[in-house]
Amino acid sequence: MNSVILNNAVRFVVLLLLQVLLLNNINFLGYINPYLYILFILLFPFSGSQTLLIFLSFLLGWGVDIFEDSGGINAAACLVAAFIRPVLLRFSFGVSYDYQTIKFSSTQPGARISYVVILVLIHHFVLFLLEFFNFAHFLLLLKKTFFSALFTIILVFLTLALFKRRSR
Amino acid sequence: MQQIINFLIRNKNNILFLLLLTFSLFLTIQSHSYQKSKFISSANFLSGGIYSWTSNINSYFNLEQYNLRLLEENERLRTRLATYEDSLAIEPFTDTSAIGASYIFRASEVINNNYANVDNYLTLKTGARDGIKRDMGVITSKGIVGIVENVSPNYSTVISILNSNSRINAQLKKSNHFGTLVWNGEDPNVVQLIDVPSIAPLTEGDTIITGGRSLIFPKGIPIGYVRNFALDQSESYYQIDIQLFNDMTNIGYVYIIENTQQEEIRNLQNLSRDE
Repeated sequence: MNSVILNNAVRFVVLLLLQVLLLNNINFLGYINPYLYILFILLFPFSGSQTLLIFLSFLLGWGVDIFEDSGGINAAACLVAAFIRPVLLRFSFGVSYDYQTIKFSSTQPGARISYVVILVLIHHFVLFLLEFFNFAHFLLLLKKTFFSALFTIILVFLTLALFKRRSR
Repeated sequence: MQQIINFLIRNKNNILFLLLLTFSLFLTIQSHSYQKSKFISSANFLSGGIYSWTSNINSYFNLEQYNLRLLEENERLRTRLATYEDSLAIEPFTDTSAIGASYIFRASEVINNNYANVDNYLTLKTGARDGIKRDMGVITSKGIVGIVENVSPNYSTVISILNSNSRINAQLKKSNHFGTLVWNGEDPNVVQLIDVPSIAPLTEGDTIITGGRSLIFPKGIPIGYVRNFALDQSESYYQIDIQLFNDMTNIGYVYIIENTQQEEIRNLQNLSRDE
């Protein structure tokens, strides 16, 4: 149990620093940045307390916001992502989630992909909606959501592959 | 009472979510309104400290470019100085030399620079201890960068011209027709000048400079040149795309301008408005 707490604490700090110091400066093609810090919400233990997750997601998002001077857009997007995560887990992993015995690493690849893609898309859409703060540039908003989400999803799966635990 | 407590416990996730969401939306709305100091900004000691630590490493990679820029500026200033000493040709230039002694310049280093968002900010390594105050202008030797927004003892944040809330008075160099400089959030090297009357003589390649109407920037700081232009819907104002002289993606070192007479002029204007 202690190693789970330690793991998540380290992941929180590392992802936050990685995001603000490196990933926010990529600006691929001028405007596309990956938001890899959402990995914290994706990987938070499925059996963990939902209240704790909501609170920690808020802190993570707000941390990024403080560095970026962006008000509360990341905080709000993280909150929404954390709030709908249980619904999404049930949607993607079905019945096995209700027993709460599964781990992220031991799920079906298809279910895993749908879980990551949907959560990332929702997070990015809220994020950019609040950033633009109007519907005047709706196409630009969709374009930015789509390309950034694509970048994030690729990075998420690369990171997962990189840190995959060998099955014993 | 028991039921209320039970209700709260049962819905604690929803309540926590709504509370925190309201708070973050409040922060977001606050960040979209220009004339408000932020509750907390990247000019605080923790993020400021981390940014200045990383920029210490990063600045080495751009040293050559910054040196070149300094050399160019020195060259230009020396040329000016040489012609000035001749004490000939006192033409009414509208250039940086038009700046009188009422402006104080301070150099500073950029430790964080955003340009991919719709509302971009920069963080500088100087703050209130170095005499930086809110609403001072920030420029490089090539053109304008933004306006100081929040100040902490050692750091300050700058609202970039690449920010949808930014409104800066600008004018044509060859005539005195002025407009407002805004940004549509798309290309970090192209900004828009709106509200220029259609009577203004305009061709592609015209230089745009800051107008003297704001108390923040002196008149004549270069901004960019006209890339293309079109009349807006009412057909009485131009909508102009301006290619910036500055490379907003690589800034490095900046000058902060203090207008020492800002207070006096503002008081005077307020006085006449009240009457």
